[in-house]
Amino acid sequence: MTEKALSFDDLGFAYNTGDWVLRSYSGIVTRGETFSILGPNGCGKTTLLRLLIGALHAQEGSVTHDGRFAFVPQLFQVTFSYTVLDMVLMGRARKVGLFSTPSSRDEEAALGALGRLDLADLAERPFDELSGGQRQLVIFARALATEADILILDEPTSSLDLRNQGIILEWIERLSKKEGLTVVFTTHHPHHAYAVSDTTMLMLGENHYLCGPTHEVMTEAHLHDLYGVELKRLAFEHKGRTMETFVPVYDMERSKGK
Amino acid sequence: MVRRNTYGELQKPGRSRTSDLLVPALFILLLALILFSLTLGRYPVPLRQVVHVILTTPLRARFNYTDVYRVVVEIVRMPRILTAVLCGMGLSLCGAAMQGVFRNPLVSPEIMGVSAGASFGGVLAIMLSFTPFGIVGMAFAFGLLALLVAFILARVAGKSNMLALVLSGVIVGAFFGALVGMAQYMADPMVKLPSIVYWILGSFVGATYEKTAIVAGAVLIAGTLLMMLRWRINLLSLGDVDAAALGININALRWVIICLVALIVAAQVSVSGTVGWVGLVIPHLARMLVGPDHTKLLPASAFLGGAYLLAMDDIARSIGSQEIPIGLLTAVIGAPVFAFLFWKLQGRGWARD
Repeated sequence: MTEKALSFDDLGFAYNTGDWVLRSYSGIVTRGETFSILGPNGCGKTTLLRLLIGALHAQEGSVTHDGRFAFVPQLFQVTFSYTVLDMVLMGRARKVGLFSTPSSRDEEAALGALGRLDLADLAERPFDELSGGQRQLVIFARALATEADILILDEPTSSLDLRNQGIILEWIERLSKKEGLTVVFTTHHPHHAYAVSDTTMLMLGENHYLCGPTHEVMTEAHLHDLYGVELKRLAFEHKGRTMETFVPVYDMERSKGK
Repeated sequence: MVRRNTYGELQKPGRSRTSDLLVPALFILLLALILFSLTLGRYPVPLRQVVHVILTTPLRARFNYTDVYRVVVEIVRMPRILTAVLCGMGLSLCGAAMQGVFRNPLVSPEIMGVSAGASFGGVLAIMLSFTPFGIVGMAFAFGLLALLVAFILARVAGKSNMLALVLSGVIVGAFFGALVGMAQYMADPMVKLPSIVYWILGSFVGATYEKTAIVAGAVLIAGTLLMMLRWRINLLSLGDVDAAALGININALRWVIICLVALIVAAQVSVSGTVGWVGLVIPHLARMLVGPDHTKLLPASAFLGGAYLLAMDDIARSIGSQEIPIGLLTAVIGAPVFAFLFWKLQGRGWARD
């Protein structure tokens, strides 16, 4: 049951020698689980993800994957005005031989991935003419097209409107629960992590983190430590079920109830 | 009051696939231009005779030197036309590949300093009174030497990032460029200087099948490999982090492409001198026609570049009593034409900021 999909052990990384971004970070991502990483701006979330995908190499410690991963970067910009389909096809890089071009099978997989996210209509549109939210969804579709079993998402919901945020969260949930994928993502929204993740890592400092089952790690006290902002856990009824979420408390005049 | 916004319909229907037909169309244009060019010149040969000569080429037998048409078409014009076409194809292909790899619209095949190195090799050979074949060999060798130096410089800089690559190429190019200048300054103005200047300006005069074979070897082998890697260039053009995350060995791939480009550029400079401009601008024009996808852009650039350089060479050899160096003509005629096209097509293919 607890098969390992990805693990990092005693990871240390510095862009400039001695100036550690993070140090002695360890974690195990179990196959099929959703693993969220939370932390304030500049705490090294993106750096940690880049270490996990091998785009950066740690000075200390090691990363092991047990499966193929796909990465969805944050804020995606292109130099050339490729079409959406061209972009998603690039997710097939590992399946297309070094000296060949994507086959009709690759094209089907790319169109399928676009279809799964209701983006089929955009296939021929230039990627650079899409809105930020649409771009994020297209890059998400590209990750699906890789047929990887570990998805690594860098703030997948950050530039999306509420409806699209919901779509992405639903997809994270569906891919991990129904299709057995392992998902690792960073986010600035505690309620997103709380809604879909099994395990959460809070990046509290350079060599200080908390990692464990989401509902144990994410407490009002820990989140306050993390962000320096008061957060309340709210329970409410929805369609006959009790649900929980986190809301930040902004103590302002207008926020006061009647 | 709550104002309501109606979201406009987002998409227009999918683009037509006319761009799929453009690549074959450019190929046909190139073939047609080759046939037409064979008829051009001091000794006019009717198109029917050109076709006849080509179709009845004796593959093993010796040339029939009594047939004037055959001599003009196959010995005088064909090697020159093929050399011009192959150089144009090679340079444009390289330009398209390099712009993709470096993600920069100002990059041309010369960026790695290869053409400056090759120029110096050729100039040195002329000063040392080498045979024409020696000039070609020296140019080729120095072109590759320039790449080697650029490679070592980038390695010494420690990082194999774009900036280190471009800078080392610029440094090497500047160094060999200065050496060419010094050679010109010191060359005997009566004997050597004119041939040095003429060689540097570039020309397809005196093309032989031997020279054609040199370019053909480089363009067909390296060009075919580039063509096979064309989809990988799409991936490289995404940037390092993203390309690496998609499973690409970016450094190895980038160097393979740069070496293939260097091979083509060195071969081109060695047989026809520096022909600037083509490798920079043709890829832009091709991108405006078929879009930025390198699977279509590379073949489109190759055919368009071959046709363009051939057209320029046709003009160079038929406009007056004296030949105009091709390296000058490509820009003198090309610049206004491309200025017009840029204005018309608004630099299509590059992402908006």
